[in-house]
Amino acid sequence: MPDPILSLKKLDAFYGDFQALYGVDMEMAEGEVIAIIGANGAGKSTLLRSISGLMSNEIDQVNFLGKGIGAHRTDEIAALGLALVPEGRQLFPSLSVEENLLIGGRLNRKGPWDLQSVFDLFPVLKERRAYPSTALSGGQQQMVAIGRALMANPDLILFDEISLGLAPVTIKSIYDALPGIVGDGMSAIIVEQDISKALLVSDRVYCLMEGRVTLEGAADSISREAISHAYFGID
Amino acid sequence: MSAQTYSVSRDSQSAKVAAVLGVIVLIVLIAAPWWAGRADMRLMGEMFLYLSLACLWNLMAGYAGLVSVGQQAYVGFGGYMLFALTMFAGLPPLVAIVGAGVLGALISIPVAALIFRLRGAYFAIGTWVMAEVFRLSFAQVSSLGGGSGSSLPVGIVRSLAGSRSARESLAYWMALGAAVVVIAAVYLFLRSRRGLALTAIRDNELAAASLGIDVWRIKFVVYVVTGGLTAMLGALIFLQKLRISPDAAFSVNDWTAFVIFIVVIGGIGTLEGPIIGTLVFFALRETLADLGTIYLIVLGFVAIVVMLKAPRGVWGFVRERYDIQLFPLAYHVQKKPKTDK
Amino acid sequence: MDWVNAIVQGVLLGGLYALFAAGLSLIFGVMRLVNIAHGDFIVLSAYLGLTVVTSTGMHPLLALIIVVPTMAAIGYFLQRGILNQTLGDDILPPLLVTFGLSVILQNLFLAGYSADPQKMDAGALETASVSVAGLSLGILPLLTFGIAIVVIASLQYMFFCTSLGRAFRAVSDNQDIAQLMGLNKRHMFGLAMGIALGVTAIAGILLGIRTSFDPTAGSARLIFGFEAVIIGGLGNLWGTLAGGIILGVAQTIGAKIDPGWQLLSGHIAFLIVLAIRPQGLFPRVSG
Repeated sequence: MPDPILSLKKLDAFYGDFQALYGVDMEMAEGEVIAIIGANGAGKSTLLRSISGLMSNEIDQVNFLGKGIGAHRTDEIAALGLALVPEGRQLFPSLSVEENLLIGGRLNRKGPWDLQSVFDLFPVLKERRAYPSTALSGGQQQMVAIGRALMANPDLILFDEISLGLAPVTIKSIYDALPGIVGDGMSAIIVEQDISKALLVSDRVYCLMEGRVTLEGAADSISREAISHAYFGID
Repeated sequence: MSAQTYSVSRDSQSAKVAAVLGVIVLIVLIAAPWWAGRADMRLMGEMFLYLSLACLWNLMAGYAGLVSVGQQAYVGFGGYMLFALTMFAGLPPLVAIVGAGVLGALISIPVAALIFRLRGAYFAIGTWVMAEVFRLSFAQVSSLGGGSGSSLPVGIVRSLAGSRSARESLAYWMALGAAVVVIAAVYLFLRSRRGLALTAIRDNELAAASLGIDVWRIKFVVYVVTGGLTAMLGALIFLQKLRISPDAAFSVNDWTAFVIFIVVIGGIGTLEGPIIGTLVFFALRETLADLGTIYLIVLGFVAIVVMLKAPRGVWGFVRERYDIQLFPLAYHVQKKPKTDK
Repeated sequence: MDWVNAIVQGVLLGGLYALFAAGLSLIFGVMRLVNIAHGDFIVLSAYLGLTVVTSTGMHPLLALIIVVPTMAAIGYFLQRGILNQTLGDDILPPLLVTFGLSVILQNLFLAGYSADPQKMDAGALETASVSVAGLSLGILPLLTFGIAIVVIASLQYMFFCTSLGRAFRAVSDNQDIAQLMGLNKRHMFGLAMGIALGVTAIAGILLGIRTSFDPTAGSARLIFGFEAVIIGGLGNLWGTLAGGIILGVAQTIGAKIDPGWQLLSGHIAFLIVLAIRPQGLFPRVSG
C-alpha cells in the first residue's frame, strides 16, 4: 500500500511484568476505517493506549505519518494529528459541554470541524452547551466525547468502545452519524465488542485474542464463522 | 505431583543472626557506664531517645499513613507534665514520667478527634497547628514559667539518685530502656494481627477496608499510643535537660525535622530504617555541626535527594538488593525438604 | 466603638491572609499538592524585596515589578525541576520534599540575612490613614485588602473565562485525558506553580511593609494561609477570602481581650470550624 498513515510493527505492550500485546502487526492506509474486535481483556484498549501515547512502547513499534512515535509523549502525538475518544467517555467534570468541546480544539488545527459543525452533527449538544458535562445522559456524553476528538481535526481518530453502556437505540443513532464523521476521508480505528456495528462501518477488520492478532480481512468478505473462531480461539 | 512441600514462615537466617548480635550489643550497651566516658554516655543517651522518637514517627507515617509534622506537641506536653507532676503533685520523677505518658495518651484523644477530619497533607499541617496551640497555651501558664519557662527544682533532681555519676548512669539506662521498650513494642505490635492489618493499610487502604479492617480505629489507636509514648519520651528528655520553655519544648526543628530526616534517610516503613537513620544522622552531626546553618541546609538537601532518588532510604535499598531483614516481620514461602512416608 | 474598630481591622487583616492562602489554594486545586514551604516562599519574597529596596533605593511597592516575575520564574523551575517528580498517589514525597525545602530556605535566610527581624520602609504609606464613619482606617491595610480582592477576582476570571484556566481545570480533572488534548502536564503544573508564587510574591512584599519578618516567619504564614483555606472551604477562592476574614477577625478580637491571645484565638476559631463543619464554610470540591 502507498505510505500507510499508521503502521504497527511487532508491537509489544506491558503493564509492569504483565504482557498485554505480543508482536502486533498492523497497517492502515489513509482514509481507511479499521475495526478491531475481540473479547474483554484481548488487548484492544491497550492497543489504542499504545497508539495514542498513553502507554509507552519502543519508538519504532508505532509509526504515524512516517514517524516512529512509540516512545513519544501523549501530548506530542496529539499535536501530530491523532485523537482518541476514550473508553468510558472520560469527559472533564469541571468543564461544561461547550468547554469540553473547546478544549478539544485548543491545538487549532485546520479542518472542517469547529464548534458549529459539531453542533450541526449533534444538535442536542447545542441545547445543552452550558450544562456541566456530567449532567448529560450516557449517549449525549458519548456525543460530547466524539465531538471533543473531532474538534482537534485529526488525521486519525480512534474510537474506544463507544457503544459501551449505551442503550441499543442510542448506539444506532451514533453509528448512523459515523459515516458523516469518517466520510470526509478521515482515517479511523473503531474498537468494538458489538461486532455487527463494527463490520457495517469499517473497510477492514482485525481480531485480537489475548494480545495477538488472530484474524485480518475485508469487512464485507469475512465470514461469521471465521470471526467466531478468531474471537474465541476455537480451533 | 510436586516433590517439595512448602511452608510459610517469618523467620530467616539473617534474622536469627541479627537477634544473637542484638543481644550481645544490648549487653555491651547496658554495661556502658563502666566503659564509656561521660560525654559518650550523653551522646548515646541522646541517640537512644532520637531512635525512639524516630521509631514512633515511622510507625505512624510509614505504616499507618499518618504523616505528622506536629509530634513536638507531645514531646513538649510530656516535658511540661513531668515538671507539673513533680513540682505540683509531688510525684517521684520516675512515676511522673509514666504519668506524663498516660496524660499524653489521654490528651491525644480529643486532638485526634479533631484532626482526623483532615486528610493527607492537610492532616500534616493540622498536626502542626495543634502543636502551635499547645505551645501558645503553655506559654500562658505562668506557674510553669510562662513564655520564658522554668527550671526543675534541685530537690527533685537530687531525688533521682545520690551522686551525679549515679544520676548520669540512671539517665543513660532510662534512655536505653526507653529505646528497647519502644522498639519491642513496635515490633510486637507489627507482628500481631493488628500489625498485619496496619501493613495492609499501608499497602492499600481501600483494599484493606474492603476486607473488613476498621481503618479508622486502627489509625486512631496508633495515634493515641504514639502520642502517649512520645509524651513519655518528652518527659525523659526534659528530665535530663533540667529546664523547659515553650520554644524548646515545642521546637519543630528538634523534635520533628530531625526525626523525619532520620526516618527518611534510614528507610521509612521498615523497622531497621530508624536505627540506620539515627546512626547516619549522628555521624553527620558530629562531623558537620560546626558549620551551623550549613549543616541544616545539607540535611534538608540530603533529605530531598533521598526522597526523590531513593525513597525507600538506605535500608530499603539494602533490603531490595540483598533481600535481608533483621527483624522477622515479613512472611516467606520456604521449601521443606521432601519427607518419606 | 473599639470593638467595631477591632472587627474592621480584622477584616482588613483577612485580606492579607487571603493573599497568603490564594497560592496554596490554587496549587492544591490544580495538582493536589500542598507545599509546606509555602510560607517560606512568602518570606523569600519579602527578603528579595528587601534586597531590591536596599540596593536600588526604590519604593517597596515598586519592587513588586522585579520580585513578582522573579518568584514566578522560581516557581516554574522549582515545579519542573523538583516538585513534578513528587506527584503521584503517595502523599509522602511531596510532603517531605517541601518540608526539606522549608528547612533549606529558613537556613538560607539565616545565613544570608542573620536572625534579626527585618522590615521594608514604605515611608508615609505605613502610617497614612483615612477617617471613615468615625473609624481611622490605615491606607496600607485598605490597599492590601483591595489588592486581595483584585488578585482573587483575576484568578477566578483566569480559571473560568480563559483557555488557560480551562486547561488547568482539565489537567486537574484528568491528567491522562488532558494530555490527549495536547496539554503538556509538566508545563501546566509549572505554570500553575509560577502563578502561585507570583501571587505569593505580592503577599510577601505587602507583609514585609506591614510588619517585621525573620527567617522563621514562614511557619506562621503557612499556618494562617492553611487555616484560611480550611475555614473557607476547599476549591473556592472567594471562600478562602471569607476564611481569611474570619481568621483575621478572630485574631483581632482575641488581641483586644488580651494581647497574648491573638494567635491562639485564630487557632481556636479554626478548630471550631474543624469540629463543627470540617468541609469548610463554602466548599466547592472535596479534599
